[in-house]
Amino acid sequence: MGLSTNPDPNVVSWQPQSSDGWVTTSLDFIVNWGRANSLWPMPFGTACCAIEFMAAAASRYDLARFGMERMSFSPRQADLLICAGRVPFKLAPIIRRIWQQMPQPKWCISMGACASTGGMFDNYAVVQGIDTIIPVDVYVPGCPPRPEGLIYGIMMLQEKVKKERMKNQSIRREMEPDPSSQLYIPPSVIDELSEPFGNSVHQTRQAP
Amino acid sequence: MSEFAIVVAGHAALDAPAPVTPRAVSHRAAPANPSAAAIATKFPGAVKRSEVIWGETVVFLDGAQLLDVVRWLHDDPSQSYEYLSDVTAVEYRDAGRPMEVVWHLRSIAWRRFLRLKVELDPAKPLEVASVMPIYKGADWLERECYDMFGIRFAGHPDLRRILMWEQYKEGYPLRKDFPLRGRFSRSEQLRQALSANPEAHYSMNELSIANAFEELPVDMRQRLAKGEKTGE
Repeated sequence: MGLSTNPDPNVVSWQPQSSDGWVTTSLDFIVNWGRANSLWPMPFGTACCAIEFMAAAASRYDLARFGMERMSFSPRQADLLICAGRVPFKLAPIIRRIWQQMPQPKWCISMGACASTGGMFDNYAVVQGIDTIIPVDVYVPGCPPRPEGLIYGIMMLQEKVKKERMKNQSIRREMEPDPSSQLYIPPSVIDELSEPFGNSVHQTRQAP
Repeated sequence: MSEFAIVVAGHAALDAPAPVTPRAVSHRAAPANPSAAAIATKFPGAVKRSEVIWGETVVFLDGAQLLDVVRWLHDDPSQSYEYLSDVTAVEYRDAGRPMEVVWHLRSIAWRRFLRLKVELDPAKPLEVASVMPIYKGADWLERECYDMFGIRFAGHPDLRRILMWEQYKEGYPLRKDFPLRGRFSRSEQLRQALSANPEAHYSMNELSIANAFEELPVDMRQRLAKGEKTGE
C-alpha cells in the first residue's frame, strides 16, 4: 500500500507487509537528503585553518562520515566551497571566479575569523570577510576552529540543506554584477577560461 | 669554476677552526669580517663607514660604486660571496634620516656573512643599481623591495610589483607614511581588486599555458595575444 496517512513530509513510511515494496515520501525530502549527505567540498585553504580542515578530513574526525570524503579540487564537481583562511585582495577575483564556476546547487562555509571578518588582519592587504565577495551560508568562528567546530558548522549546513524547498527559486538565483560594470564577466567567458578543469560531462554553470 | 661546481662550505678556509654557535657575543667589540677592510683597501672612497653590531659586519657603501664592489666580492677568490641571501630596505621614523637598502651576502667558501647598506636621500628619487647582472636570484628580491618601498633598481630587466597586483594604486605599503589600512576605503579597495583580471598577473612566458598556446580556442588565443587586462 503506497498511501501514507502520516502528515509529516520528512518521514519515510515503509510497509514491510506490502509485497510491492513501496516507499513514499516527498520529493523535497529525498532530494535534500541526498544532497545533504553527499556534499563534495571544494577546499579553498589559504592559511592555518586549512590545517584544521585537513585534520577534520583525516581519520580521527573523518569527514567521510558526512559523505564528504571526496575533496573536489575542481570547482566543477563541487557543492560546497570551504574557505579556510584569510583571503588577500589579490585572491578576491580568484575566489569569486571559483564560486562562479561551481554548478548549482552550491553552498559556502566561511571557516575561521579571518575568512569571516578579516580577523586580526585589519590591514591594507586582506579582504574584511569573504561575504563581501560571495554569499556565505555558515560562518564557523575560531582562530582556527577546531575540527569539531568545523564539523558542527557542516552539520548546521546539512540542516539548512534539508530545509530547502524546491519551489523556492530565490535560493538558486545567482547574484551577478551589472553587465555594464567592470566587475562583470560573462558566463560564457567563465566557462571557457575554466576549460582545463572541465570534466567529461561538460557540466557548466548554465546547466541546472 | 664551472657553472655547476659544488661549493663545499668552508673549503677556502680549511685551517680555520670548526664553526661553533657563538655565545655571549659582544655588542660592538666582536671581531669584524675581514672583507670590510678589504673593500676599503680595494675601493678607496667607496666605504662611507663600517661597523660591527652583535657580531655582524655592516658596510655602508657609496651607491655609485655598489655594483663594482658587489661584483668584486662575488668574483674575487679571496672574497667569493656566492650567495645573495636577501635584498631589503629600512625606513626610519626619524625625519630626515635616509632610507637604507640592505644586501645580505653569504660566502659559503669562507663561511662569512656580510651586510652591505646604501643610504638613499628621501628627498631625491629612490634609485640604486640592480645586482641582477651578478646574482640572478636578486630578481624577485628587488621586485619585492620595489613593491613594498618604491625603490627603483636601475638595470633590473622586469621591475614591476610582485606581491600586490600590478594595477595597485595606493602606494608602497611598507613606507612609514602608508596607513595600515591603506589609503582607499574598503569598498574602493575591493572594487579595484575585483576588477583585476586574475590571468593578467602573469605574462604569457610565466604561464605554463604558454606551451599549449596553439591548442587553446581561437577566441581565447586572440584575447590573450592582445595582452588583455581588465584592470585599470
